[in-house]
Amino acid sequence: MPADSYPERQVRITGIGQSKVGRPSDRSALQLTLDACLEAVADAGLSVDEIDGLTNHFGKVAEGGGISPVGTIETMLALGIRPVWTNPSTAEGPGHMGAIFQAIMAVATGLCRHVLVFRTVGQATSRLASRESTLLTGSRARVDGGNAFFVPFHAHSPANMWALYAQAYFDRYGVGPEQLGWVAVNGRRMAAHNANAIYREPITIDDYLASRMISTPLRLLDCDSHIDGSTALVISHRDAAKDLRNPPIAIEAMGMSVGGLAEGLHEGDFTAIAATRAGEMLWKRTDLKPGDVDCAQIYDGFSIHVWLWLEAVGLCAPGEAARFIEGGTRTALDGELPLNTSGGQLSAGRFHGYGHTHEGCLQLWGRGGGRQVKDARTCIVANGGYGYGAMLLRRD
Amino acid sequence: MTPEAERKLPALTPETEAFWTGGSEGKLLIQRCTQCGRYQHPPLPLCPACRTETMAPAPVSGKGRVKTFTVNHQRWLAGLDPTFVFAAVELPEQAELYVFSNILAPPEAVRSGMPVKVCFEHREDVWLPLFQPDDADAG
Ligand SMILES: [Zn+2]
Repeated sequence: MPADSYPERQVRITGIGQSKVGRPSDRSALQLTLDACLEAVADAGLSVDEIDGLTNHFGKVAEGGGISPVGTIETMLALGIRPVWTNPSTAEGPGHMGAIFQAIMAVATGLCRHVLVFRTVGQATSRLASRESTLLTGSRARVDGGNAFFVPFHAHSPANMWALYAQAYFDRYGVGPEQLGWVAVNGRRMAAHNANAIYREPITIDDYLASRMISTPLRLLDCDSHIDGSTALVISHRDAAKDLRNPPIAIEAMGMSVGGLAEGLHEGDFTAIAATRAGEMLWKRTDLKPGDVDCAQIYDGFSIHVWLWLEAVGLCAPGEAARFIEGGTRTALDGELPLNTSGGQLSAGRFHGYGHTHEGCLQLWGRGGGRQVKDARTCIVANGGYGYGAMLLRRD
Repeated sequence: MTPEAERKLPALTPETEAFWTGGSEGKLLIQRCTQCGRYQHPPLPLCPACRTETMAPAPVSGKGRVKTFTVNHQRWLAGLDPTFVFAAVELPEQAELYVFSNILAPPEAVRSGMPVKVCFEHREDVWLPLFQPDDADAG
């Protein structure tokens, strides 16, 4: 198939929106969703009535500690639209980006012209009711699925799981907290310029090293923070994107993969993740090279994800991400690869992947203010810790 | 060192039951293909290599090495002693064949590569495979 017939080449990103972050928010999860959706549609220069597709990651989940408290149908009703296409992605797909990939395909196949994609989290409110609600523990008497192989050993949090990767990476490559801490320090430096970030006070590597241990070697500042919030974006057909408000953002290439973690199967030696396949797929679909990337918005549910993802998408060779970020020079706004310029989830809050795509678009539109990357024309966005998705965004 | 809070026990399924109950006879049972010899954990109904229903529980040596580990500090649940070691134990029977468990040793003594051997903790109808230092294999 010629590259110009790839589905991602048929679409553009035309608008973005994000609710105010809350920890907790005084607005309901549905209100936050509508805030983000209305902002994204207005940003695109569309009327709500022109939205003919609506989706989200990953459908309404009644339990789950606020992981996905808002569904497509209630959002559709509240917006007063009747889209021809709705199809939330699932947690079994290629990570948070699954809903974006589905929207791309719905537009590329002609089902609809403008899809509104949202991701809402209500984890801050959920944790007020129960601190345990966001754990893997579950409410059933017995643990089932992949968690059955972890939770009986008191590994109640994904922090325990990702700590295994951080320790393995330390052991294999001879690095340690003095390197890992720079993921958090880098993000916090960026968040100072993001009015919607929950943590904006600068931190030093010493602050990082002094933060309390959660599960060795992961410290508090290695973990993202639960928030209430919503992000939305509009995926439009390229022909319908031309005369809208923003210069359209092209999706130069996408890549996706799913690993076995959710079922308890870990492949490899804990220093790489199945996202490597997503990275390989992405670069097969474009003539651009990693050296052409102007900035990177890389999933940071835990700091260690950033190392693993940078290597998975070929921006760093295996074992080199730690030294690449150390010191923060190369990932600074004026460095060779400005990284997580919103602050990422570690500082801006756990918008669960969609904050990264939002920030990538914002940079390509030159709206970064104090955190703007000069002349940014390409941005790679990577999401996911269990399923994996990546996009190379390019200003058209 | 063993956390005091009740362990949340696994649901037993036709595929997983052998793994969780082999300890009743002092055996660590890992699924193995009777056709090609491949081990598979967590268990599945098919051999992923042969695509046939030839998987059956097989006893392994119970020895292993800590591939990677974490010392937990956060009290996730009320009553849980937060200090415990959670690890991926690589079994010698096959490369990258991992069992997740606790290491029953002082946290400061645990290292990646450390030899361990299985022991079992009996709760209700489950014999949880746990691991302790294997001093006999310390060399
Ligand atoms: Zn076989």
